[in-house]
Amino acid sequence: MIPGDKIDDSGRYKAGPGTYFIGRDIFASRLGLLAERNGTLGVIPLSGVYNPRPGDLVIGIVTEVGPSNWMTDINAPYPAPMHSSETPWKIEFGETAEYLRPKDAILCKILFVDENKKVQVTMKEPNLRKLQGGQVIEISPAKVARVIGKNGSMSALIKKYTDCWMFVGQNGRIWVNGDLPMIQATIDTIRLIEAEAHKSGLTERVEAFLKERAGAPKVPTTPRMEAEVQ
Amino acid sequence: MGQHVVLSQITKDYIVTLADSGKRLDGRPFDAYRNIRIKVGHIQKAEGSAEVWLGNTRVLAGVKVQPGTPYPDQPTSGTLSTAAEMNPLAAPDYEAGPPRPEGIELARVVDRGVRESGVIKFDQLGIKDAEGKISKVWMVFLDLHILDYDGNLFDACSLAALGAVLSAKLPNTRYKIEGKTEDEPLPLSEPPISTTTVKIGKSLFSDPSLDEDLCLDARLTVACDQEGNIRAMQKGGYGSLSVDEVKSIINLSRTNGARIRQLLKQAVASGEARTQE
Amino acid sequence: MELINKKGVRMDGRKPDQMRDVRIEAGVLHRADGSAYLEWGGNKVLAAVYGPREAIPRHSQDATKAVVKCRYNMAAFSVDDRKRPGPDRRSQEISKVISEAFENVILTEEFPRAQIDVNIEILEAEAGTRCAGLTAAAVALADAGIPMTGLISACAAGKAGGHVILDLGKAEDNYGEADLPVAINHQTGEVVLLQMDGDLSQKEFDQALEYAIRGCKEVHELQKAALMKRYASHNGGGEA
Repeated sequence: MIPGDKIDDSGRYKAGPGTYFIGRDIFASRLGLLAERNGTLGVIPLSGVYNPRPGDLVIGIVTEVGPSNWMTDINAPYPAPMHSSETPWKIEFGETAEYLRPKDAILCKILFVDENKKVQVTMKEPNLRKLQGGQVIEISPAKVARVIGKNGSMSALIKKYTDCWMFVGQNGRIWVNGDLPMIQATIDTIRLIEAEAHKSGLTERVEAFLKERAGAPKVPTTPRMEAEVQ
Repeated sequence: MGQHVVLSQITKDYIVTLADSGKRLDGRPFDAYRNIRIKVGHIQKAEGSAEVWLGNTRVLAGVKVQPGTPYPDQPTSGTLSTAAEMNPLAAPDYEAGPPRPEGIELARVVDRGVRESGVIKFDQLGIKDAEGKISKVWMVFLDLHILDYDGNLFDACSLAALGAVLSAKLPNTRYKIEGKTEDEPLPLSEPPISTTTVKIGKSLFSDPSLDEDLCLDARLTVACDQEGNIRAMQKGGYGSLSVDEVKSIINLSRTNGARIRQLLKQAVASGEARTQE
Repeated sequence: MELINKKGVRMDGRKPDQMRDVRIEAGVLHRADGSAYLEWGGNKVLAAVYGPREAIPRHSQDATKAVVKCRYNMAAFSVDDRKRPGPDRRSQEISKVISEAFENVILTEEFPRAQIDVNIEILEAEAGTRCAGLTAAAVALADAGIPMTGLISACAAGKAGGHVILDLGKAEDNYGEADLPVAINHQTGEVVLLQMDGDLSQKEFDQALEYAIRGCKEVHELQKAALMKRYASHNGGGEA
């Protein structure tokens, strides 16, 4: 679908994300693939920036420290502040910098998005934390769903072979930690998925690639995090 | 697509950890360049042009040559002016408007690479009138357009600049120059080639990628000529280099520069050249 | 100078209603959120889109919608006589009319307080750069995933040597009688950019406009093909 393409004129469907309507005609507003779900037609985008939704788990990078909050970059159109009360820590006024500094990466959750698209994030939940070690990479947010796979099948496959910690943020940032060669194998696998995101037979190719790069499946040593499967 | 202008501390630490184990972020050897592609002469309106790809970094250089009035202190010599624009196409944090210090440094380093290195024989750029007197000279304008920034602009820009200059013609016919019936190449000599190495932690990396550029401690650009002599240097970044590091960077420059020189020659001769993929 | 001969053949061999060759490629730059390269006759154009992202400076923000900031720029070496780098009055005017054309189709209300940057770089110019630039930018915007009511495309028509013609070449632009650049939103068929200078009778204008719209349609097919080619491997989701 290309912006302006007419998707339907039957009047039987509702216009979903990535579409708009004039009268009973539904048109695509974004470049992407047509999908129908429960009587709603939508366009699954193939590109574009991350659009935050409440409840999304994302990786933020701290850009500024204020006396009672931080500003984070969540790879979205808008920077996302986080108040010091939205953390697992008890923080006195003015002591924010002792906990998080600029360039620190955090695992956080979109707390809310208001009608003006003002965003706030929180770390006040189990598993949300400051990330340490490993590597953070970025992929197109439109391809996040492919890296996670159906019910987390793709990320589970990667972990089976590399035994790495892996957290895939909805905003396209991915944190990987584990043995150094396995981190690299994981990152290379993610790049392969990104390059071939919408081709068929992806799972088979990914598994073949993992066998070549990471060898046999590993006995898991890393705990599975609830946050991983979305 | 990854436009992380904000690079996390994790990534810098990871680059250092990897380096300690003898590896590099994109799998290259420490002294290796990314794939280089040089395409010469496809902007027909320019008297000379070259487009250079260094991995995903992409720079277009164009040369315009026009007759003009010489400077009073050098009444028979041609002139050069160089501009490098950090074009807002090239990166999310580049803005239109007056150049920032980074852009000015880049333009000046590229300008010196062409001006001070003697690539262009400026004393042969006088234009003789019917009486054989020189009242006008050729003015060379070198404009660099950074189109895609994925690390190591210094080398991409100087290589594109050289490609454009080496392929440029004096537009004798367009300006109806007395006694000339066809366009001629610029009077040139063999250029030095610039190469850049950065230091991150304790390691040295040739041809820094974007992530390496964004977290470098120190950067050293060295230009060596065909004889292996050192012809220009520029150090950048807040970190320092030991004397031994400086010397090994110069050696890297000689070997990498020699390879790039061959590629440039090939591109100027045949219109396009690229390293093996 | 004879811009068009008695047989109706133009200087470059084209018929009156024939366009120059146009070639479009989507997704050519690595850093940009969306990009396109376009060759249109002797024009070479690169377009890059960044955003939506928070508008800076703050006072430029609109609480109800995104602002579209278009920058049309000509490379110094893109023309016969070197152009001084930086914005001049001409390029600022073109930037403005192109920005307004895109504001019309981008669903800006989806991104309050944001800006969308549309950078158009003319690498080589040979008549019709604003149409070429706009056409490339529309592809870059779609490639960037920006929501729009439709793709827009542009083409000029005009008059030279007494004939109404489509897509003016260099000499026709310099020495012809009229130039009429037009941009169309294909979903509605409405005009989103229109300029004209020269001298046209009502009848000539009607024909020129018809030519221009036909040219826009031709270009639109090429825009779609470029986007399809870029995402050709995306065959409907595979196993997801």
